[in-house]
Amino acid sequence: MRRIYIKEDVCIGCRLCEVYCLVQHSKSKKIIKAYRGEYPKPIPRILVEEKGHISFALQCRHCEDPPCVEACITGSMYREPETGAILCNDRKCVGCWMCIMVCPFGVVMRRKGCGGVASKCDLCYGEETPVCVANCPNEALELR
Amino acid sequence: METIRNHDCNSEVIIISDEPYPAYSRPLLTYVLAGKVSGDSIFYRDKNFYDKNKVKTILGIKASSLNTKEKSITLIDGEKIHFDKLLISTGGKPIYPNIKGRELNGVFTFTKLDDLKRILSYIDRYKVKEAIVVGGGLIGLKTAEALMALKIKVFIVELADRILSSTFDKKASRIIEQNLRKIGCEVATENTVSEIEGKERVSAVTLKDGRKLSCDMLVFAIGVTPNIEIIKNTDIKTNRGILVDRHMQTNIPDIYAAGDVAEGPDLILGGTRPIAIWPNAYRQGSVAGSNMAGIPREYMGGIAMNSIELCNIPTISMGLTDPKGDEYEIIEYCNDENLVYKKIVLKENNIVGVIFINNIDRAGIYRGLIVDRVDASSFKDNILKEDFGLLSLPKEYRKHLVSGPGVEV
Repeated sequence: MRRIYIKEDVCIGCRLCEVYCLVQHSKSKKIIKAYRGEYPKPIPRILVEEKGHISFALQCRHCEDPPCVEACITGSMYREPETGAILCNDRKCVGCWMCIMVCPFGVVMRRKGCGGVASKCDLCYGEETPVCVANCPNEALELR
Repeated sequence: METIRNHDCNSEVIIISDEPYPAYSRPLLTYVLAGKVSGDSIFYRDKNFYDKNKVKTILGIKASSLNTKEKSITLIDGEKIHFDKLLISTGGKPIYPNIKGRELNGVFTFTKLDDLKRILSYIDRYKVKEAIVVGGGLIGLKTAEALMALKIKVFIVELADRILSSTFDKKASRIIEQNLRKIGCEVATENTVSEIEGKERVSAVTLKDGRKLSCDMLVFAIGVTPNIEIIKNTDIKTNRGILVDRHMQTNIPDIYAAGDVAEGPDLILGGTRPIAIWPNAYRQGSVAGSNMAGIPREYMGGIAMNSIELCNIPTISMGLTDPKGDEYEIIEYCNDENLVYKKIVLKENNIVGVIFINNIDRAGIYRGLIVDRVDASSFKDNILKEDFGLLSLPKEYRKHLVSGPGVEV
């Protein structure tokens, strides 16, 4: 199972990962349209934590024992068998936010607009490499 | 069952349910009532799930008695089934108060799929315009919202001094109550229904304070208790629910219990308590299954917690949300303009309670802090700050959190 490893000592806190993630998960996949032309505004599934001189980018850990899958009342949260990634089925999700309540990393977000669904890292399912990893200027995110 | 099959593909597994349906999500029933999701979406797994897992199902036939000496279950039709290991996961049943007129047509409890079908059919047949919901708790409010989505006028009658009295403190309850009134729902607190009136179907109720209200439908939503009927005439120990140890086993070897019927350890209050919430039930079932398949595993205990969106306001609550006493420290954040209310309750520097209204971002971090009993003294000053996160936590805990098995940072 390939996973994203975080190397916090080389993270520079530039937040390019958040930008690329947002654009990748937008409808248009074009930065200007994604930020100003889409409604509801797409959100990144990665978040950068920063305190003093320490920073790192955090996203879903695709846990072996995922609390979000247990807590999901619709069965929308599930493990995709090929990659082992934990994915959320948008169409089934009703926005009850049980997943947000139980994720110990706080990496599930609310995507608002028409009902609202849970939103989180999907390892850029379908892409060769997750865009955060591919575009980090200092290799602070590694796919292994 | 899934956990059993993860470890054991050969033993015979039989699932018995008095409901004639495969596994479905009870929390989703109010969403179906509101018309937010289709009826089919409540089924938790695929149609061929039981076949794929080689599980026999006996659906729509009640298990009426249990013989612990013989290790057998007798069904209501007389069939006897022997077992090596048994899991009792009969869930909860709604409280159906002994109020005059309760057997009238149009009076419901609402926890099961058959209840939903009866309610929908009744609403359609009688073109219901006004409904009374007795009980301002989680099920009552979700039901009220669903009925309002069907353009039915709703009046909520609550016994306590506020709605959601087991979930929230006064401030949080008030936010929700105000928003319910805004959308046309009426709420009466410190009140209850003393009589239900009507000819063949309900047409009015009399409240404790003497007021009479007209209605064409009434739903009792005053609470759920563990459904322990199956253990009568056995020596299985119960308190409010079926008592289980850390392996989810009852006092009788090879008999387990899990979910809303079980009473396991409460990590905040200490002791044992049934905590009827989906994630706890799932975890308990999985632990029970592991032990039943011969793989020892422990249930670490649960906490009361809920995530519910009411009047388009997301809310999350955990643990002791409204304790009384000097030993509790309260940290609050309020933004009345944005309807944001956040509250942390600490006892001896451990988080024991959380209320988040409208801003529920990263709430799960706090659940981890409660369950792992992390000393909050080093970060409680930042605990409700905008940028509170893993970096706010003690380094050893943060590193431990993100370096556990199966998790890498």
